[in-house]
Amino acid sequence: MTLTVTMTLNGESVSAEVEGRTLLVQLIRDHFRLTGTHVGCDTSQCGACVVHMNGQSVKSCTVLAAQADGAEVSTIESLAENGELHPMQQAFKDNHGLQCGFCTPGMVMSALDLVANNPDPGEAEIRDWLEGNLCRCTGYHNIVKSIAAGAQAMRS
Amino acid sequence: MDTGIGAAVTRKEDFRFLTGQGNYTDDIARPGQAHAVFVRSVVAHANLRSVDTEAASAMPGVVAVFTGDDLEGVGGVPCGFAPDGGPMNEPPRPVLAQGKVRFVGDMVAMVIAETLEQARDAAEAVDVDYNEIPAVVSMEAAQAEGAPTLHDLDDNSCFSWGIGDAEATDAAFARADHVTTLELVNNRKCPNAIEPRAAIGEYDSAHDSYTLYTTSQNPHVIRLLMGAFVLGIPEHKLRVVSPDVGGGFGSKIPHYPEEIAVTWAGKQVGRPVKWTAERTESFLSDTHGRDHITRVELACTSDGEFLGLRVHTQANMGAYLSTFGPLIPTYLYGTLLAGLYTTPAIRCDVVGVFTNTAPVDAERGAGRPEATFLLERVVETAARELGIDPVELRRRNFIPADALPYQTPVIVQYDSGNYEGVLDRAAEAADYAGFARRREEARSRGRLRGIGFAGYIEACGMAPSNIAGIIGARAGLFEAAQVRVHPTGSVSVYTGSHSHGQGHETTFAQIVSDRLGIPFENVDVVHGDTDQIPFGMGTYGSRSLAVGGSAICKALDKIIAKGKKIAAHALEAGESDIDFESGEFRVRGTDKSVGFGDIALSAYVPHNYPLEELEPGLDEGAFYDPANFTFPAGCHICEVEVDPETGTTQIVNWNAVDDFGKIVNPMIVDGQVHGGIAHGVGQAMLENCAYDEESGQLLSGSLTDYCIPRADDLPSFHIETTETPCPHNPLGVKGCGEAGAIAAPAALINAITDAIGVAHVDMPATPEKVWAALQSAQGE
Ligand code: FES
Ligand code: FES
Repeated sequence: MTLTVTMTLNGESVSAEVEGRTLLVQLIRDHFRLTGTHVGCDTSQCGACVVHMNGQSVKSCTVLAAQADGAEVSTIESLAENGELHPMQQAFKDNHGLQCGFCTPGMVMSALDLVANNPDPGEAEIRDWLEGNLCRCTGYHNIVKSIAAGAQAMRS
Repeated sequence: MDTGIGAAVTRKEDFRFLTGQGNYTDDIARPGQAHAVFVRSVVAHANLRSVDTEAASAMPGVVAVFTGDDLEGVGGVPCGFAPDGGPMNEPPRPVLAQGKVRFVGDMVAMVIAETLEQARDAAEAVDVDYNEIPAVVSMEAAQAEGAPTLHDLDDNSCFSWGIGDAEATDAAFARADHVTTLELVNNRKCPNAIEPRAAIGEYDSAHDSYTLYTTSQNPHVIRLLMGAFVLGIPEHKLRVVSPDVGGGFGSKIPHYPEEIAVTWAGKQVGRPVKWTAERTESFLSDTHGRDHITRVELACTSDGEFLGLRVHTQANMGAYLSTFGPLIPTYLYGTLLAGLYTTPAIRCDVVGVFTNTAPVDAERGAGRPEATFLLERVVETAARELGIDPVELRRRNFIPADALPYQTPVIVQYDSGNYEGVLDRAAEAADYAGFARRREEARSRGRLRGIGFAGYIEACGMAPSNIAGIIGARAGLFEAAQVRVHPTGSVSVYTGSHSHGQGHETTFAQIVSDRLGIPFENVDVVHGDTDQIPFGMGTYGSRSLAVGGSAICKALDKIIAKGKKIAAHALEAGESDIDFESGEFRVRGTDKSVGFGDIALSAYVPHNYPLEELEPGLDEGAFYDPANFTFPAGCHICEVEVDPETGTTQIVNWNAVDDFGKIVNPMIVDGQVHGGIAHGVGQAMLENCAYDEESGQLLSGSLTDYCIPRADDLPSFHIETTETPCPHNPLGVKGCGEAGAIAAPAALINAITDAIGVAHVDMPATPEKVWAALQSAQGE
């Protein structure tokens, strides 16, 4: 059985036929070919798949495509404008907050949700918030620094 | 902005990763691709009565279903190392099971369908009839009298290997005042790169050629192994591409059966076949790391001089030999047992054992973390038993800086270093002198504070090929590079190293920019494609800069040499009078000069060019084979506070001083150390790959059951570097990727045992184990 999902994806209205079991992340990656959103696990642990849905971070591997019907979804591809990195992306670059880059889109999208709610997060708050985002490369040291710097850049 | 050697340049690769434009294997969609799902054994040990694929074949969208019978005639998965060349039991590993399965996750069948969902559905319908055999899960069970054997062998042993002078070691123990003994388990780890493995196999009938896209740390090695030893495809007909790869940590070195299956099947079904692992599959089928059981004894005089070290280790190989499985617990382990010390007599005996578990291979550090863990644990324990300060005991036994180069009793010769200097600096950074006060203060808050040291040395920059051959590697371990200067002076560098997070595109560009005196922006680094790069042995063992970077330097030397010839002609001077500096070819002692860009142009537009002496073009390749290993060393000091009520450990300080020789990009180096420490902390406190002893089921088969460090498990780290340049490579570099993972477990367990006043706690030191150890210590 298929159903039609219509949503706003990175500012554009799109629709697709999906199976009932299709996940939002599959829709984004396989159907719309936005491959910046990654899949790192099958138990909703790693956060490589984090996107924003109606302004909040969600794990797109844990949302059915059907649940996103009518929603506004934005992915990592939406952040940079005309080749200019968003301040949070820039902060990750400046602070070496990424190595292999696989966790990075989820980290950045997750960080933006944190900063939306807490414009000046401290180290402990950042570490706590990243509970649902795993990185195997950086030991988090520079991710924490990046998010603090990104938050500061966004405040000014 | 300085972008040369030594500058903390931000990374070239980051823009594409940060904007979602990375190109990982699973991001690739080949036209007409079909999707593969593997049916994996649900039992640990069984003969296969039958594998019935009829129902699955009839399912919607199914393109083909293959079993081991279909692959008859296809070679098994090869192993690349036999200690000392053998003898070693080396049972075959079929791509898909043939008659028998040997671990939970062993591949039984391959289902290919139009969509991934259809392939999954059909995989469920493959009916496998298992005739179970009792599983041998622990090494003890595998070595028991009359244990069921995995393979067609007399028992489950793989090899028995030793290093060092046994007689001299026995003599040292005979005259010792004190012997410290520890029984240690080095727990099994799952590497868990956040990108799961993936592969796409494709056959081009027009050219009778194959392409494999795969998440590999070493695409040329995969081409060699799969082409030459498994599928019989000559190199010119097989292209292996490892595009962006999301972390490796050793688990993406080996050649895996899935790579063979999709490549082979791509031809059978006449369209690209794609497979991507789910995380559960990664746990089941990625190679695991470590898994040793060790007894270590250290013989000392009463004032703490080390006289001898004796080590007995059982190393789990898993069910089959992975590519470098037998290398890890032998030559990457026993050769590092001198550590930083002058211990004159060392003997290490290792047995490799087959069990009904996933194959074991390299995991960040590979062998050297195991060596460092036992050594630094036994040294710390000896210090406590002898009542000597642990820093002082180490100092009494350090190889002095002026004794380098130093020949150890376990084959390797250390080339450079200053071990006492590193420890002194680390102890100062950690304010060791103030520790007693901090401990008292913690006690007043009801916390038990402890401090732990780990000095380490590692052999990196693998490896001199002649030594690799003697010890049993079935390959050379050089590296290749091609430096292509384009007509307008920009440069493409083709390297056999492979970056899966290490930042080669930046580091290597810094080297080229520095050496040629051209802007950093004008250099691009290409890696990960066997059709573009002459050859390569890949990235592991902290070898990229020391070996791959040296190959680039060698090619750059050839570019400069040729450039001088062209410049001599252009400037009407003798070649020997030309100097090259900061991007200018100059006639010595004159103001006559020509820029690098002009020379590049005249190499491709050779109007005024010494054509009778020199070919046009400026494009040079080099192979570099190192003269020795490199020997990074350092000292990590960890401070913890344990809550005696709950056994919870909090890491409160982490200080590290590492000597990596010359550093090209300190920002990247720091990041490597951070990541390495996280791996080591994970092993020591959180991670354990556990199988049920009876059934052989993997108990830690998901990220909910297997705990990799989260942000709030770790502190921020204070790290510094010191520098004794490596004397035998052109950059003076040593390698930094594994240091943290090597040093951290011993530092952390030393700190925890210091805090709670016990001799030992096994890894991972979970709150439960720490609490139990504390209770038993208090009960005494
Ligand atoms: S893919 Fe791991 S949490 Fe979504
Ligand atoms: S940068 Fe590799 S997983 Fe985070």
